[in-house]
Amino acid sequence: MSVVPISYYLVLSAILFGLGVIAFVFKRNIITIFMAIELMLNAVNLAFVAFARAHNQLDGLVFVFFVIVVAAAEAAVGLAIVITVYQNRQTLNIERIDTLKF
Amino acid sequence: MSLPFLVFFVCAGIAVLGALLLILAKEPIHSALALVLVMISLAVLYLLLGAEFIAAVQIIVYAGAIMVLFVFVIMLLNAGSEERTDWSKMAKYAGLPLGIFLLLELGHWMFHSAIGKEIANGSVAASSSVSTVEMSKMLFNQYVFPFEATSVLILIAILGALVLAKRDDQ
Repeated sequence: MSVVPISYYLVLSAILFGLGVIAFVFKRNIITIFMAIELMLNAVNLAFVAFARAHNQLDGLVFVFFVIVVAAAEAAVGLAIVITVYQNRQTLNIERIDTLKF
Repeated sequence: MSLPFLVFFVCAGIAVLGALLLILAKEPIHSALALVLVMISLAVLYLLLGAEFIAAVQIIVYAGAIMVLFVFVIMLLNAGSEERTDWSKMAKYAGLPLGIFLLLELGHWMFHSAIGKEIANGSVAASSSVSTVEMSKMLFNQYVFPFEATSVLILIAILGALVLAKRDDQ
């Protein structure tokens, strides 16, 4: 039975990461920008698993596990920040959250 | 075309479609559902790569817990469709060309390095599945300190979320 080459997975990972970057730059809703970050983390996880299989080492899978844990913690804190920003500003549009803008 | 290729192309197509939907959707809730689609198809790809434990964790933690958190916050804040704004000068003249260049470079080098390695080794991904036993042995021996550190990280994240989201009554 033939198997799918690793390069296919890596190209898919690059495409998904690129789409995540595009979503991160283009979207104006702060929650959607968070989702773009999650999409990029998922793309990197796919590359990790693909390389772990290519080299037959399990370290890559352990790293994916840690990435998922950190992503969960990041989502919890990030969404708490979103709620606080909304309570203070009554908006989710990042164009209107521009106090630090130069 | 053999079955693994068919599964790969169907799942890869669904994943790319979901990522595009995430970008094109106006409502945040539609973006969230598109992201769930991406995560589930990635879990199928992890199964195809033989990483069963990671596929299960992907479904349970990502598509389950994290996305429920996102949908919950969207519901809580009653987030409607986003308003369009013009691009800044920086984004138009510096950001966009540099972004496209980065994407092309990334795709080019990933493709070529992977192709080169396969030719050098003469091998592709093994189809046998990864032993979860082996992975957990590695997690609790070699990586036991990072593993314990993540539990502290999660505790801090819980405390941080509570402190940030609590209402100031006094």
